[in-house]
Amino acid sequence: MTEATAARPVREYKRPFLTPWRREALTGYAFAMPWIFGFLTLTLGPMLFSLYASFTSYNITTPPHWIGLGNYSFIFLQDPRFRISLYNTVYYVIVKTPVVIVVSLGLAMLLNMNLPGQRIFRTIYYLPTVITGVAAIFLWVWILNPEGLLNRALGLFGIRGPNWFYDPAWAKGGLVVMGLWYIGGPILIFLAGLNGIPSHLYEAAEIDGAGTWAKFWNVTIPLLSPTIFYLVVTNIIGAFQVFNSAYVVSQTAGSNPGDPAQSLLFYEVYLFIRAFKGSMEMGFACALAWILFVIILIVTGIQLWLSSRWVYYES
Amino acid sequence: MAVAGRRYSRRSMVPWYRGKRTQKAIKDVLAFSILTLGAILFIAPFFWMLSSALKRPEHVFNPNWIPNPVAWNNFPDALTSVPFHIYFKNSAIIAVISTAGTVLSASLVAYSFARLRWPGRDTWFAIILATMMLPGVVTMIPTYILFSRLHWVNTFLPLTVPAFFGGGAFNIFLLRQFFRTIPMELSEAARIDGASELRIWWQILMPLAQPALATVIIFAFNGAWQDYMGPLIYLSSEDKYTLQLGLTMFKAGGGGIPMWHWMMAASLVVMLPVLIVFFVGQKYFVEGVTLTGIKG
Repeated sequence: MTEATAARPVREYKRPFLTPWRREALTGYAFAMPWIFGFLTLTLGPMLFSLYASFTSYNITTPPHWIGLGNYSFIFLQDPRFRISLYNTVYYVIVKTPVVIVVSLGLAMLLNMNLPGQRIFRTIYYLPTVITGVAAIFLWVWILNPEGLLNRALGLFGIRGPNWFYDPAWAKGGLVVMGLWYIGGPILIFLAGLNGIPSHLYEAAEIDGAGTWAKFWNVTIPLLSPTIFYLVVTNIIGAFQVFNSAYVVSQTAGSNPGDPAQSLLFYEVYLFIRAFKGSMEMGFACALAWILFVIILIVTGIQLWLSSRWVYYES
Repeated sequence: MAVAGRRYSRRSMVPWYRGKRTQKAIKDVLAFSILTLGAILFIAPFFWMLSSALKRPEHVFNPNWIPNPVAWNNFPDALTSVPFHIYFKNSAIIAVISTAGTVLSASLVAYSFARLRWPGRDTWFAIILATMMLPGVVTMIPTYILFSRLHWVNTFLPLTVPAFFGGGAFNIFLLRQFFRTIPMELSEAARIDGASELRIWWQILMPLAQPALATVIIFAFNGAWQDYMGPLIYLSSEDKYTLQLGLTMFKAGGGGIPMWHWMMAASLVVMLPVLIVFFVGQKYFVEGVTLTGIKG
């Protein structure tokens, strides 16, 4: 670049159009273009339509009919199920996220040690994630049955297990326990993160006399912080949107989605009931969806804002 | 050197059970025991599936672990009762194409967000995150209408083409986080040598991010392979069905009776390709990527 400019006879001091800064900006846009194009053509339209539909009465079969803030005012002022489902969901997010992060980090660190049979161990811990669809749900209802596998295992230690999905006080706990079998994904992400920590940092810490605990807090956690941040953000978003497992489990154990006693009536379960059960109030469901969108947006925004204080990046 | 000398002399004074080697052995045994205990819990559902897959239909709800008699013919019966080879082919085409699209485009987009500076970048990144936050239920129908206007319904296009447009927010975000941990000095050195950004992405970032890319490949393949809603919504003719749609046929079963034993047998066979991808992919965790010689 500089050589070529220097070789040319200098006639005027006009800066070339492609300054390094502009070049980088153009490259940046070009690299991001696949996503931007896909967003504008495939994602944005349906999103805006659902936002519009949230201000209408719309049952899919007939055209939407504008009712202004009608759905929103009903949800905020008169809807007890909105409050119950939001409470259940927030409870689930608060309990599940730290459990998943701590357990999967712990297991990933054990799976990252130099021990015999690690490839087999890693595959076994990923195995439940691979069990497909209907078979998996059927399996879970059986395992967490009052007389199921888990309670029989607890019985071996003299512990009388709860009735899980048949007891409103334990149903959400049952779902968190069930979620623990699916931490193969977070474990994998942590393993990839642990893999990127240069070993010379541990060696340097050891020379400075750091023990296991000091190494964990001063090397592992800071260098893993981008990974932890990713998992906290995505797991909170995922927990806010819990649907599949809760929906199927509650219908298998009770008679209505959300059973027993609305303890598994999570936000998206309620949204789904409104959208596709009974009178198919899709407009109402869209309003529910956009309220959840704003809640998650605020929660994620706070995390992004806090991240500059604890997430350590190389660049 | 002085420090090392002092450490050596102190080491000779500590009792044997506090020696470095013994401590490491204790730690290893403890870790191995915890992993073994956990592995029993994590493999139990799989063994129970295997046991149910080998039971006769009237024994499926029987709590015994060992089937008696062992119904070996459940496997060939389940796999021949529906045209599984066609479903398998369809699932494989969709999973391979969408995985390739996801890895290529997600890493390209993530490179832009992690390693380049451009105006509007942070706003666009916030929009990427925002697309994860709206429940999919409410965009399902307008998206279907969009694809039907494009005449994509009952083709594999709605299940493969979107993967090439960035591969989803989760994957872009994941790769962005990993790309940001790779020292900037590497890119700057390559830039001074005249390498284009495309070349830096392909020849420097991609090899160094192998564990993260392996993770994305495993997730993308697993996600496409296990996708049930997508094929259910977009595929209508039976010769285009995927394995997940095939599996649900056992739930309706013969004459409305669920064929759980066949479903378990077929599910186990359906799981195999994902396990193989995982087993191959995890090679990149074992070998790892060394950044020796680079200081951050």
